[in-house]
Amino acid sequence: MAEHTSSGGPTLEEGGETRRDFLYLATGAMAAAGTVIAIWPFIDFMNPSRDVLALSTADVDLSPIEVGQAITVTWRGKPVFVRRRTAVEIESAANVNLADLPDPQPDSARVKKPEWLIQIGICTHLGCIPLGQRPGDPRGDYGGWFCPCHGSHYDTSGRIRKGPAPRNLDLPPYQFVDDGRIRIG
Amino acid sequence: MSAPQWKNPIVRWIDYRMPIFTLIHHDLVDYPTPRNLNYWWNFGSLAGFLLVVMIVTGVMLAMHYTPHVDLAFVSVERIMRDVNYGWLIRYLHMNGGSMFFLVVYIHVFRGLYYGSYKAPRELLWMLGVVILILMMATAFMGYVLPWGQMSFWAATVITNLFSAFPVVGESVVHWLWGGFSVDNPTLNRFFSLHYLLPFVIFGLVFLHLWALHTHKSNNPLGIDVKGPQDTIPFHPYYTAKDMFGMAVLLLVYLAFVFFAPNFFTEPDNYIPADPMVTPHQIVPEWYLLPFYAILRAVPNKLGGVVLMFASILILFVLPWLDTSKVKSARFRPIYKQLFWILVVDCIALGWVGANRPEGVYIVIGRIATAYYFVHFLILVPLVGWLERPRPLPESIGAPVLGGGGAAVGATPKPMEKA
Repeated sequence: MAEHTSSGGPTLEEGGETRRDFLYLATGAMAAAGTVIAIWPFIDFMNPSRDVLALSTADVDLSPIEVGQAITVTWRGKPVFVRRRTAVEIESAANVNLADLPDPQPDSARVKKPEWLIQIGICTHLGCIPLGQRPGDPRGDYGGWFCPCHGSHYDTSGRIRKGPAPRNLDLPPYQFVDDGRIRIG
Repeated sequence: MSAPQWKNPIVRWIDYRMPIFTLIHHDLVDYPTPRNLNYWWNFGSLAGFLLVVMIVTGVMLAMHYTPHVDLAFVSVERIMRDVNYGWLIRYLHMNGGSMFFLVVYIHVFRGLYYGSYKAPRELLWMLGVVILILMMATAFMGYVLPWGQMSFWAATVITNLFSAFPVVGESVVHWLWGGFSVDNPTLNRFFSLHYLLPFVIFGLVFLHLWALHTHKSNNPLGIDVKGPQDTIPFHPYYTAKDMFGMAVLLLVYLAFVFFAPNFFTEPDNYIPADPMVTPHQIVPEWYLLPFYAILRAVPNKLGGVVLMFASILILFVLPWLDTSKVKSARFRPIYKQLFWILVVDCIALGWVGANRPEGVYIVIGRIATAYYFVHFLILVPLVGWLERPRPLPESIGAPVLGGGGAAVGATPKPMEKA
């Protein structure tokens, strides 16, 4: 509209490289960049805050857990399964043909000490908590865990053996502080 | 304005079924705007911009805020310390409130100076007053949410205003509190309403704009648009001017946010609310100080409350109190002086409101309060009759286009086909 006010000004036939176009593009680019920069704090605002991140480790005392028992602890708001496996369970977990597994992983890659299996207790299918921690729970066909939501069976190493779950139970990062304690996270 | 022909087939398909593109074109692009608007006309769009900023930052803050007496204060401190950019979002919201009132007050005084409240814009003006009242209610309730000492005692004092009304006063106050003192139910309902009212304001802004676009903007000369030579299209002229104004506003606003974020607030509000101890000095936020001064100017509880509410409500009838047919103060030599006296009067009221009601402040407060009402109830109607306005120009375009003759090459093209 305003181009019509000056008669001697440059016209579009010059390829559009006029002062006005330059100013228009420069202003638009500045406005776009400024908007993007201004939006970032609003997005980051919704990310986990410092106090949430500070809760990202959990210490667990292993000494009260007898052989064959399991406990569930909370880490980052999720259940973590800690099971002190029996010799039979360790053996059955180790003697598995990896080619039979949907998500092949040797038992040795899933534990730091064979006696202690520590994994995130969330079914990798759709996020339910598998049964098998308590003595009376169904443990599925492979003696590990059984997810009641859609029937996934996990073995004594927490590996998926049957059912819709795509992956073995996830492992949290953890380390042994000493023989009787671990720090998750 | 003829309806535009859309080339894009998708745009044309949508526009045929719901003419949203035609509406935007009509009201934001082609929209004929008086060619002589000055910078005082920037403040409406700035207020709209700040409303959006307040809603966006407020919705974000609500994601981390907890409306409970035991948790509200710590949740705000958590936003300040632990939440990513929480300090920024909260300071934008806090100072945004002050900027919003600053901009709106300038917008209101612009209307007073140029007579924008006069026929046929009375409804437009009254909708604006409703928006102003809702803004005050929203700002007050927002101030309560951090649950600091000032929050708590502001809530106590302001809700107690209603106890001044005879017979029903006490029941009304208990109803407002949801209990026998300001407590958790009060905080919960204030949070609920503080979240709701901005969206009510947002709706009213659209009514305000509807009324505005029916008779179009007033202008510094206060005379009606006589034809296409008096207007220019909103885009690019006023979109560009509004963007420039917005950049200036952002400079001021962000200067406070980054360099003096607590300039407008009381340090006492960083002390958690204590229902057993009132701070030594209680003052409202700066934008409510003039009304606070009016409240304290009257030595009678009910009288003070009534006058305070009347000071805002009087704006509703201003279009009928002003008897002058001339809109702009440019052509009203006496009213122009009265306008500036009113500005000084309002600033004096704010200054009195910020100080303890002792000695000279009581006297000044009473004089300023009396003058405020004298201005609207006596001077404005009288001056309309007595004043002899200066001659009005023939048209908006005439002074710039040389005697109102046909514009030579200076008239923007879209106007020619109108």
